[in-house]
Amino acid sequence: MIGIAWKSLCNRWPTALLAMLAIAMSVALILSVEKVRRDARNSFTQTVSGTDLIVGARSGAVQLLLYSVFRIGNATNNISWESVEEISARNAIDWVIPISLGDSHAGFRVLGTNHDYFEHYRFGEKRTLTFAEGERFDDVFDAVIGSEVAKQLGYTIGQDIVVAHGTGNVALVEHEKQPFKVSGILAPTGTPVDRAIHVSLQGIEAMHVDWRNGANVKGEGTSAEAIRAMDLNPKAVTALLVGLKSRGTVFREQRTINNYRAEPLLAILPGVALQELWSLVSVAEMALLIVSIMVVVAGLVNLMSVLLAGLNERRREMAVLRSVGARPAHVFLLLCIESTLLTLGGIVAGLVLHYIITAIGSVFLMERFGLSVPLTLPQSTELKILLSVAIAGLVAGTIPALQAYRKSLSDGLSQKL
Amino acid sequence: MNANAQPIVQLRDIQFAWHRNLSPVLSIEQFELSRGEHVFLQGSSGSGKTTLLNLIAAVLLPQKGSVAIDGQPLAELRRSKRDQFRVDHMGLVFQQFNLLPFLSVVENVQLSCRFSPSRKRRVTQEGLTLDQETDRLLSAMKLDPKEIKHKPTSELSVGQQQRVAVARALIGRPPLIIADEPTSSLDSDSRQAFLDLLFSEIESAGSTLLFVSHDAALASSFDRRIDLKDINRVADLSGDLS
Ligand SMILES: Nc1ncnc2c1ncn2[C@@H]1O[C@H](COP(=O)(O)OP(=O)(O)OP(=O)(O)O)[C@@H](O)[C@H]1O
Ligand SMILES: [Mg+2]
Repeated sequence: MIGIAWKSLCNRWPTALLAMLAIAMSVALILSVEKVRRDARNSFTQTVSGTDLIVGARSGAVQLLLYSVFRIGNATNNISWESVEEISARNAIDWVIPISLGDSHAGFRVLGTNHDYFEHYRFGEKRTLTFAEGERFDDVFDAVIGSEVAKQLGYTIGQDIVVAHGTGNVALVEHEKQPFKVSGILAPTGTPVDRAIHVSLQGIEAMHVDWRNGANVKGEGTSAEAIRAMDLNPKAVTALLVGLKSRGTVFREQRTINNYRAEPLLAILPGVALQELWSLVSVAEMALLIVSIMVVVAGLVNLMSVLLAGLNERRREMAVLRSVGARPAHVFLLLCIESTLLTLGGIVAGLVLHYIITAIGSVFLMERFGLSVPLTLPQSTELKILLSVAIAGLVAGTIPALQAYRKSLSDGLSQKL
Repeated sequence: MNANAQPIVQLRDIQFAWHRNLSPVLSIEQFELSRGEHVFLQGSSGSGKTTLLNLIAAVLLPQKGSVAIDGQPLAELRRSKRDQFRVDHMGLVFQQFNLLPFLSVVENVQLSCRFSPSRKRRVTQEGLTLDQETDRLLSAMKLDPKEIKHKPTSELSVGQQQRVAVARALIGRPPLIIADEPTSSLDSDSRQAFLDLLFSEIESAGSTLLFVSHDAALASSFDRRIDLKDINRVADLSGDLS
């Protein structure tokens, strides 16, 4: 019976293939949507761990979270160095990582910070940053680059790089006279850290010496020696990642910082801000999910219509089968096997397609957003999706099968058409 | 023919309508075929010949009366049993489109053996494999087995297709061969040639043949000729076209 169904399908391969392709594409779509959704969440959640509070100039919580940790968007305002020192001096506070953003190199963001970053920054399951090669920045002109930066730009330890002000690909000012030197390359983390160039806060100031003076004519910049001699202490930073001695004090500290008098500041709990972010995107996610489900339904309706449309042409086939002893039940079974073969074929092809999309898409997502979307075996949600598609396919198949059953009962051996 | 033997087909007081509220198309008091007989059934278009074959082939059941094949009243069989009974006892040939286009010639010929173990057994009891018997039947139908065996049926001429269909009807020696206008898609030359082949094989198999056609010219080579309007008590409303 399966052999007959298979050969019958092969005989009508163009329509069968199209029906299968429709299912395959819908399956690939829904799997990919689900995967990106889950991996994006994972990726975001993995990026901040161990940080109790994020402090920045007053703006929205989600905005602060996005620019400080995920490097999406820009800060509207800075935190003055006095405030940084005051916050760091608070009793409840264990460590503070200052972050200074706003510059870029070859499309990668430059992040000014201090050694506390390598000491206290945590990602994933409370993992610390490790060096693949080299070591922390020591000099004003030292830079530690993320693994993606090293990979994409082909940088090695000791290489000179030129940093530009502004975050776009088009540099506003290129600081040619103040070349930075790669002192270390971090091991891959699967977070935006991979796409950052880390320099000291003094390095950031050094970059801006000429820009502030307005002496930004190419080739006439202040020499590195002259800059080293200047006062390079930072005046402001973009955000602070804060670790507390005890988690219990987190709300009190948050309240204190939020009510800080000297300047308007905002302190957020990363987890809470993430929740807020999820609730913002969940509407979009829901819409995507609904669209993908509709596409799957469309694929199955297409399968049904292909089988139903085929029935009329195949009445003779059914009559022949009946004449050689096939029961109406056999005819029913034949159609069910066909729809099952098509659905299963579609699911398998969809899985393959999904992996191809993921393989290609993950490169893009990593390069553009630092999101890691690794190839993984189907998870339970995916398996559930596949199972429901399979079941829906079977159900969709029974309708043409029933129709064929009824026709083969009423037509008998007469060959109409 | 042995007149004392039980008839292979026996219809009594048949009445059949396609729907409960439609007037009957067939009402036959008595219709019998004895074993080994070759019968030509004639009738105008729409008179109910195919319907009668459906009744004999146990695809349809009459509202009244009884149909017995080989002494077995069909009404006593459950539906699935009737399908089995059909393939065990009958080989059918239609006017056209007898073959499944996606199966090869051999697969088409052996199709009934897939559904009927008893027909398969009848082949193997003679010490032949299914393939040997297929080859033998195809050769008997003047087809070169080597050449056409694995061809897709769509590459055969209509006459060749009809001969393959006869080979399929004959495999496993079913006692009754029913042919519904198998020659009407053939030209008049190949018609007679086809009939000759059909006859010689049916005779060697000892099967009974019920052959439906409205081509009266073919009737002469049959043992008996029946016009449906002579046995059907329902007035033929469609008018005689033939
Ligand atoms: N499936 C069906 N449902 C309802 N009525 C049918 C069906 N098949 C045939 N009939 C009716 O039964 C009558 C007899 O049809 P049948 O096919 O037996 O004629 P026939 O003698 O075989 O004609 P032909 O020589 O053209 O093949 C016709 O009036 C037809 O309208
Ligand atoms: Mg007919």
